[in-house]
Amino acid sequence: MDILIQFAYIVSGGLFIFGLKQLGSPATARRGNMISATAMLVAIVAALLDQGIVDFQFIVIGFVVGGAVGAAAARLVQMTSMPEMVALFNGFGGMASLLVGWAALSPEAGTFTLVTIILSILIGGMTFTGSLIAYGKLSETIGSGAVQFSGQQVVNSLIVLGILGGSVMFCMNPGNDLWLFVVIGLALVFGIMAVIPIGGADMPVVISLLNSYSGLAACAAGFAVDNNILIVAGALVGASGIILTQIMCKAMNRSLSNVLFSGFGSGKQDTTEVEGEIKPISVDDAYYVLEAASNVAIIPGYGMAVAQAQHVVKELTELLEQNGAEVNFGIHPVAGRMPGHMNVLLAEADVPYDQLLEMDDINPRMENVDVAIVIGANDVVNPAARENEGSPIYGMPVINVDNARTVFVLKRSMASGFAGIENPLFYKDNTRMLFGDAKESIGGLIREFS
Amino acid sequence: MIPAEVFLTFILMLTIFLGFELINKVPATLHTPLMSGANAISGITVVGAISLAGTGEQDLANWLGAGAVALASINVVGGYMVTDRMLSMFKKKEG
Repeated sequence: MDILIQFAYIVSGGLFIFGLKQLGSPATARRGNMISATAMLVAIVAALLDQGIVDFQFIVIGFVVGGAVGAAAARLVQMTSMPEMVALFNGFGGMASLLVGWAALSPEAGTFTLVTIILSILIGGMTFTGSLIAYGKLSETIGSGAVQFSGQQVVNSLIVLGILGGSVMFCMNPGNDLWLFVVIGLALVFGIMAVIPIGGADMPVVISLLNSYSGLAACAAGFAVDNNILIVAGALVGASGIILTQIMCKAMNRSLSNVLFSGFGSGKQDTTEVEGEIKPISVDDAYYVLEAASNVAIIPGYGMAVAQAQHVVKELTELLEQNGAEVNFGIHPVAGRMPGHMNVLLAEADVPYDQLLEMDDINPRMENVDVAIVIGANDVVNPAARENEGSPIYGMPVINVDNARTVFVLKRSMASGFAGIENPLFYKDNTRMLFGDAKESIGGLIREFS
Repeated sequence: MIPAEVFLTFILMLTIFLGFELINKVPATLHTPLMSGANAISGITVVGAISLAGTGEQDLANWLGAGAVALASINVVGGYMVTDRMLSMFKKKEG
């Protein structure tokens, strides 16, 4: 029987790999997810065949409760709240690894097993609280700004030292629960401390990093309970999370350590000087400009998610196309609060994915664009990143909307974006500000068209 | 005899490289479903939790295992369903 289970795990591992591969292309992605789910099913069934299992009561209760909660959450969640949902699921995965590591603790455990137990507790614990804080920041139940205080580095260093010391003591005295609880407690605190200094706009990086951690925690738990499939699946997730994190960092032209430790915009003084004046435009006038445009680019940002404006944007797109204009979307890699956030929202509104252009594809076309409409985006279209060495975001690749003939910026008010960085785009000669709620402004344009 | 840990570590090393290769060229459009799909996979801990929850011992490890099964099931079921919901919305332009 045991050998059968092991072979089932091999099949499952192969399916996971194939599923992930299929997830890499829009045409096959849905099937890929199904294959991956099948792999999970195979692994679970194989695990249930284990002869060591004599009592199914707890397992069934766990499945039913967890499955029901997960299914309900997955069905009910709004597409705009997807980032915090993913963060929350991720946190539960981390906590599960912590519990498995803890439960695997037995008097006869060798040093190697003890080290892997402590790793799964550590990584799982900080994934759990880190994800909860990320959830809080994304859903704005707690402030989304960067929390910093003097002596933060010192406190964090002490925690890390405490974790190291506690881990060593635990491995030397596995019978003493005190050190176990010290490590669990410190890991949970460390997860909080690691995420609070990171601001809302950097969340795409944090989410994909935490995702990677939960994989690594599963992987460590796999070592602790001697299970191949945990190691393989966990390592796949760990590696993929790190790659995504790297892509996000590159898109912001910052190093990972800069994202994690600096608290965006706090270190460097903003020396951007703005010239010119703000030129507001009314919905009526905006309509006349749009009606004459033959090439329109729409650049969405987090503000579109907040205003829930994706459906009216789609409607406007259709009207513009009926009017003979070519419409494209320019998606910055870190627009929104998780990797690919804008793509999901626009997909929800039925915008075909081949109409969504990545930054490097839209920028060369910008000179031929008659009207670029910026909806709730700020830092990702800030020309200061290109022109002003004194700007905190200098060097970050941005979408060059200012190269279009006319730029409409849909914005609630003149309050500056995250971290209060000045945006010279708003003062350029070819920029017009359309103030108000994005959904209402676009609704107004739609009424003019029809 | 080479100890089993060596083989497990070897598997780990190869899998990490495989993971890097698999994800490297995924288009930005799919980053969110990819992340939440990978997130669902990280619920694989449920497999480890099952054996701990089924010992019938009614001890601490048993309770911890049961808790882990519940939490990991949220991760697995929620993760796959949410990913599928997202992917079902991705459409290519007709015609």
